[in-house]
Amino acid sequence: MPKDGGIGASTKRREDVRFLTGAGNYTDDINVRGQAYVHFLRSDVAHGRINGIDTGAAEAMPGVVRIFTGADFEGVGGLPCGWLVTDRFGQPMQEPPHPVLAQGKVRHVGDPICAVVADTLEQARDAAEAIVLDIEELPAVVDMKAALAEGATKVHDDLKSNLCYDWGFVEENREAVDKAIKEAAHVTTLELVNQRLVANPMEPRVAVGEYNRGTGDHTLYTTSQNPHVIRLLMGAFVLGIPEHKLRVVAPDVGGGFGSKIFHYAEEAFCTFAAKACNRPVKWTASRSEAFLSDAQGRDHVTKIELALDKDNNFTAIRTDTLANMGAYLSTFSTSVPTWLHGVLMAGNYKTPLIYVNVRAVFTNTVPVDAYRGAGRPEATFQLERVIDKAARELGVDPIALRRQNFITEFPYATPVAVEYDTGDYVATMDKLEEVADLTGFAARRKASEAKGMLRGLGVNCYIEACGIAPSNLVGQLGARAGLYDAATVRVNATGSISVMVGAHSHGQGHETTFPQVVAEMLGIDASQVEIVHGDTSKIPFGMGTYGSRSLAVCGSAMVRATEKIINKAKKIAAHLMEASEADIELKDGAFSVAGTDKSVAWGDVTLAAYVPHNYPLEDIEPGLEETAFYDPANFTYPSGAYACEVEVDPETGKVTIESFTAVDDFGNIINPMIVDGQVHGGIAQGIGQALLEHCVYDDNGQLQSASYMDYAMPRADDVPFYAVDHSCKTPCTHNPLGVKGCGEAGAIGSPPSVVNAVIDALQSGGKNVTHIDMPLSPSRVWAAMNG
Amino acid sequence: MTQVSMTVNGKAARGDVEGRTLLSTFLRDQLGLTGTHVGCDTSQCGACVVHVDGKAVKSCTIFALEAEGAEVATIEGQANADGSLNVIQQAFQDHHGLQCGFCTPGMVMSAAALLKENPKPSEAEVRDYLEGNLCRCTGYHNIVKAILAASGQDVGAIAAE
Ligand code: FES
Ligand code: FES
Repeated sequence: MPKDGGIGASTKRREDVRFLTGAGNYTDDINVRGQAYVHFLRSDVAHGRINGIDTGAAEAMPGVVRIFTGADFEGVGGLPCGWLVTDRFGQPMQEPPHPVLAQGKVRHVGDPICAVVADTLEQARDAAEAIVLDIEELPAVVDMKAALAEGATKVHDDLKSNLCYDWGFVEENREAVDKAIKEAAHVTTLELVNQRLVANPMEPRVAVGEYNRGTGDHTLYTTSQNPHVIRLLMGAFVLGIPEHKLRVVAPDVGGGFGSKIFHYAEEAFCTFAAKACNRPVKWTASRSEAFLSDAQGRDHVTKIELALDKDNNFTAIRTDTLANMGAYLSTFSTSVPTWLHGVLMAGNYKTPLIYVNVRAVFTNTVPVDAYRGAGRPEATFQLERVIDKAARELGVDPIALRRQNFITEFPYATPVAVEYDTGDYVATMDKLEEVADLTGFAARRKASEAKGMLRGLGVNCYIEACGIAPSNLVGQLGARAGLYDAATVRVNATGSISVMVGAHSHGQGHETTFPQVVAEMLGIDASQVEIVHGDTSKIPFGMGTYGSRSLAVCGSAMVRATEKIINKAKKIAAHLMEASEADIELKDGAFSVAGTDKSVAWGDVTLAAYVPHNYPLEDIEPGLEETAFYDPANFTYPSGAYACEVEVDPETGKVTIESFTAVDDFGNIINPMIVDGQVHGGIAQGIGQALLEHCVYDDNGQLQSASYMDYAMPRADDVPFYAVDHSCKTPCTHNPLGVKGCGEAGAIGSPPSVVNAVIDALQSGGKNVTHIDMPLSPSRVWAAMNG
Repeated sequence: MTQVSMTVNGKAARGDVEGRTLLSTFLRDQLGLTGTHVGCDTSQCGACVVHVDGKAVKSCTIFALEAEGAEVATIEGQANADGSLNVIQQAFQDHHGLQCGFCTPGMVMSAAALLKENPKPSEAEVRDYLEGNLCRCTGYHNIVKAILAASGQDVGAIAAE
């Protein structure tokens, strides 16, 4: 029976009412009295030396307040990178400066050169056209292999080369892995491209900077997934503003998918310019600008080798990846191909020896950073593709090959440095076979063939590391921040509750799900609990929302704070009922004394806390408010098994998704409706990657796919209804709710099954096609069939 | 600057605009109707859909002056008179047809136009009609379900859970 409130109930979302009536408050909806507008003049070449900037004529244009160039930011810090990767020789990565506005050189199309602040946006744009730039175009490096070649043009003149780092993991395994591969009964090799994508939240980025000369207070309204992280990075590293003088507000945010984690130049600019101009300054990205300035995702070129013994047991995995960083190091860019990718390479399988080599490369392209899944989709894709290829080469069933190699005992320490706490990969695969009706596939294939279509079935598993992350561990790995989270539970005098959380909701529904947890713990109605997030002046601290961490990390902090509330409330109740604290029970919103009919209501206790006339003042303070910080003991490890069926039109190469089934083990679930929705969205992005999306640069570094005309976003008629199942539950063992996180699974788990399905379809039609790089557009599929 | 006047959500509205001012800009910046969202600059995303004289229109794609004298309806005018959600809005909430909410106003306005034209659309017709509305969050599953439900059809029978 579905519950109608509390943990496990598909409670309808309270935030929907404002979004459905046009009453949301997104950053672009915020206008500050007297604000000016900034327009950024961006580089239209991928690489060039700035020989001169003449703003004279532009400054005389109507409405212009001030025009800024890189020179205005010489005394200011650059945008910091939050993760120091140490290479396999023990050396730190190469870390070039990332100025707010270009200094000396431009390094990608879209690199901001000048910022024109004017009374109106139109005036700012008009004036930008009157700026005269003298830029000497330099050869652009776009291809990663070419960027690493001897004598290649350098993106950053002061660096030794375009190599950011050469990372080996686990370096001590290198020789043993080489040996195992040499001695294997069978080795399957796959070379593939995990193409560059653009996150494309539907809300473009916006920043509004405000400064109060009277108090010296700065405020930044910004489209961010983590306002405290922005406050920390921008305040401490870029502008030198102490935290108590800097407020960062991320109100309703229209999706993020990773691209709104990072600290961007435009945020720093608006904050800086608001003081310099003594006027609020607003920037709203156009979509075209978003394509040129939002950090992009993926972009790996990989060779993976899977070694098997004569009984088809996996014995070793070796991977060699080039990872594109773009022109500068975005905030968490360096961690994505390393710690979020290498540690996942064991997948769901007991492979004793693994070695992952990643070389990160600078190119004259937009910076690359985390996009939904971040490193984990890249790991899953190569592993699940190479397993499928191995099954085909060995003539065995791909599901049977997976099952044979599943990890079955937990906890399980992988050879890539993490310990999976729980999971049941056999159960999820069993469930997948049932829900996707895999036994009926042969008949469905026949029916498709009767229509002249090729039908394919693709299956894959995935594991992810979520609930990011134990601070001491990530600190050892190079993170320059802690990754705990915080919550304050404020119980008001009449018993209603405000919970200030460090997590940020930009579609995830925290305003609904977090109260479900608190309400369940206290036995009160969820309508009495409200979540406050997205404003550094209101919440204690928080590292924000990414890496499927909100509930696992911030939710755990909220549980801890609520437990403190309960403990204190019990003391008050014991006093009110003249009983021993040990005998007090909290149930259905009332405190009672065990074994008696004495009871006081929740509201009586909370009122006593604020009107402490009859109160144990000698033992406890008045008031009822508690804060907890929670640092996770481990990552969480959601896992699952996905199946996709496709039809391929042999005449045109067009792929149609006929069905998609996702079976996920997320541990305990607070709101099944919302979890389903998270998976749906992730699957659509995965299908988008598999079939449609591709961020393409030409040889000169011009972005070819810079609008929705050219970047193929999945639309409603590109995808089917999905079948999702979350009945397999192995709760996380180390957080209080037993939750694992569900935000990224769909995007991680879905691309390999789509590609596996297309290969299966082509093979069934007698085509000897073993791999096609994504996106599997009709032209690519057709070329593979007829090549 | 030219004066433009139109009826928006049943009320007279007027303002001074440049020839290049888009209807979406006029609604958002001059009338403060920020429920109409702008998600692109190539007329592709549909976040800005409003009704002009009863037809779904991408408000980023026409100039404010082109709506001179028109009846414009935006998301702010969609709820029932007592403030409760209308059938389509309620179906979006019931079926979790929105996450971040940014595409939602355009989706609701498009859905309303679809159901006016075609009161009992099939799944394929809904998906086809939504060609011009991008959503990055929901994977469309629950949006399609919500629209089918709003049309009075039994979604349980049509859509897998
Ligand atoms: S803003 Fe109008 S279609 Fe995108
Ligand atoms: S709900 Fe976020 S874009 Fe549709």
